[in-house]
Formats: sequence, C-alpha cells, structure tokens
Amino acid sequence: MRKAIFALTTTLLAAMPALAQDMTNPDEILTARHGYMLLLAMQLAPLGAMAKGTAPYDAAAATEAAKNLAALSGIDSSMLWVPGTEAGVLTDSSALPAIIANTADRADRFAQLKGAADALVTVAGNDVEAMKAGLGGVGAACGGCHKEYRKPD
Amino acid sequence: MRRILSALVLLAVLGLATFWVVTRPRPVDPGLLAGLVPDAAHGEQVFWAGGCAACHADADATGAAKLVLKGGQRFASPFGTFLAPNISNDATAGIGAWTALDLANAMLRGVSPEGSHYYPVFPYASYAKATPQDVVDLRAFLATLPADPTPSQPHEVGFPFSIRALLGGWKFLFLKTDWVVGGELSQEEARGRYLVEALGHCGECHTPRNALGGMRLGRWLAGGPVPGGQGNFPNITPAKLDWTVPDIVEYLNSGFTPSFDSAGGHMALVVQNTAHLPESDRRAIADYLKRVPPVE
Repeated sequence: MRKAIFALTTTLLAAMPALAQDMTNPDEILTARHGYMLLLAMQLAPLGAMAKGTAPYDAAAATEAAKNLAALSGIDSSMLWVPGTEAGVLTDSSALPAIIANTADRADRFAQLKGAADALVTVAGNDVEAMKAGLGGVGAACGGCHKEYRKPD
Repeated sequence: MRRILSALVLLAVLGLATFWVVTRPRPVDPGLLAGLVPDAAHGEQVFWAGGCAACHADADATGAAKLVLKGGQRFASPFGTFLAPNISNDATAGIGAWTALDLANAMLRGVSPEGSHYYPVFPYASYAKATPQDVVDLRAFLATLPADPTPSQPHEVGFPFSIRALLGGWKFLFLKTDWVVGGELSQEEARGRYLVEALGHCGECHTPRNALGGMRLGRWLAGGPVPGGQGNFPNITPAKLDWTVPDIVEYLNSGFTPSFDSAGGHMALVVQNTAHLPESDRRAIADYLKRVPPVE
C-alpha cells in the first residue's frame, strides 16, 4: 500500500509540469480570446432580443445581463493579447498586430467598454427605450475597437 | 484630296464640339431652390442620413469631433488616391462661404462653385436623387458646425484621370436620377429607398463597379471586392442577407449582428451615422432592403 502511494505521488509529481502549464500555447490563447468574445455576445443576446422586440422586455433579466457584461469587460484580459496570436500568424485570428502592440490604447478601449456597460447597468431596468440607448453605447464601444483593430473580412 | 481633308477637319470639329457639349459641367437651374425655407434641425437628420462625417471627419473621431469636417481621410481606388476635402464652416479652407445653390450644384450635379467637375468619389451619383429641400436644410445645418482652418489636400490622381473634363463623359454615362428599385412601394419602403439610394449612398460601396468606375446597376447592392484595398463589400440583397427586419434595424442602431458580433471597418462609421436616425428611418431602410431584387 505504502509503495502504491509512493508510486502514485511520484507519477503525479512527474506530471506536474504538464498540469501546471503556463497557458502560453498561441492556439489555446486564441481559443480563449474567441471564447471571451463569445461570452460577451451571450450577455448581449438577451438584451438584443428585447431591443428588437423578439423577446418581451424583462427589467430584471436585462439588468442581470448588463451586470454580467460589466463584470466581463472589467477583467484584466491582457493574457489574451500576446504576440504570436495575431492575424498573419494564426489563420483563425482576425486581430491586427496593432491591438497586441498598442497596450495603452487597448486598455483604454476596454475601459470605454466597461464605462458603456456600467452605464447600461444603470438604465437597463428602467424601460426598453432606455435599455436600447444604453445598448447602443455598448455597440459603439465594440465597433470603435473593431473598426480600428480587426482585419476586414 | 482637299475634299477629304476638309471632311476630316469637319469631323474633328464636330468631335470636339460633341466632347465639349458632353463634358461641360451642368449646374442646376438657379431657380431650383426658390421659396424653400431652410430647417437646420431637419438638416441634422439629412447630415446623419447622408453620412457626411464618415468621410469628412477624422476616421477615429467620436462625439463633438465628429462635427469637425476638416477632411484628410484617404480613399484608394484603381484611378488614384482621393483625399476628402475640408467641408467645415471655414470660409476659405472649408465651405463656409457656400450658398445653398453651391451645395445643390455639388450634391446634385457634382459641380463646384467654380464650375468644375468633382470626382465621383464624392457620391453625387447617389446624392443626385436628393430633394432640393433636403439640400437647403443640410446647408443650414452645416452652417452651425465648427470652422477648421486645415487646408484641403490635392488628390493623388495620375494622367489621364487628372483631366477633369473626362468626368463630364463619366456623368453622361453614369449619372442617373431614376430609382434603381421601381414598382409599387409602400410609404415606408419608398422612404427606405430614398435613404438607401440617395442620401445613404449605400450602393457606392455595396454595388460593384465596371472598368470605368460606374455602378453596375444590374448587380445593385450585390457587393464585390474593395477597390484598392483588401476584403469584400458584402452582398446585401435578399439573396445573401437573410437577416430579419428587426435584425437589420438593430444592426443600424448598435452595430450588433444577429450573432452579436459587431460592425467593423468603414461600416462601423456608417452605423455611427444610422444610430442618429429615428427608429422609423432604420426600419424603412430594412423594409427597402427586403424589396431589393435578389442577386447571387
């Protein structure tokens, strides 16, 4: 028994480097970045449906989605924007090299998104028109950065 | 021999006369705007619908800077690179000294106050369908905007496209004021047609061009490669654009696509304009797009 535990511990210790990978694989970073964008989109989806009138307006659900959006846009996402994950290096990437290089402007863009999401949190529960206006602000922040830093289709 | 020579001379004279007649700038009737009362508040709606700021303000301008129409954006094309001029309210660097009739000649005929042709990178092939009232209202709104002293930069266009007289021939071939989408349209669809075909000048990018730079109206809004750039303008006829009317309305408001991706490139600038329009206008655009003949 003791021998078995020793063997297991040794094996686990030997495996540690693989388990404790520092997540620097460019493909995984790109997957994470796309997942992050998709997670943002998933918060926008219920808000957009209410704005379009394809789902009934629900003040509580709108506020919840807005809070998620604000929380997500507030995280430090710098680990998603590293050299070697840009368009031209990875075929599935549409991030122009400048978004990786311009760290200060990238931080500023995310601060703009956070600001727009925070503003949306305060109005999302008021009524559908106020929510739509707030959502427009979020869209402008998304579009502003995509215009500058995303490779055209 | 002398008879042949005089026939040739006659032909040459006739040819030159035809060239002169065809290529001559044609200003509007000076009485066109008589009696029209300018409404600057409505002019602001015309301004956003016309997308003036998308090209004449800095590309990265937001907020109040969007209203500083100092020009300078560059537009590459197979004919050369065009630089958006200053159309701010400055009397010398911009168009502060222009009358409403000057603006009408520019937008409806592509003719400058000095009587020369503008290049059709200025989308007068679309603006030509604008109503005189909208021109008068826009003139009044532009007069409320800031003046900026930045001088306009010359276009970078080589021979033979540098000969502006040739543009008279271009206009003769391609400057049409008939609606592209005809037939019975509802009031909303007709409003959408005015916004798309005239003020919004959507066809200028979304319709492919022929070798002479004229829009191929048989492929209206069917998209094509970006001239002098990378990528494609998407096909927005019902053959490819399968978004619902509410999807299109939302896109023109927030820039979000149905999968909550967002508009990029020059279209992000366009959405900054359409977001300023009344919801009814965004809906009218969507209603019209559903009426456009599908082109694969």
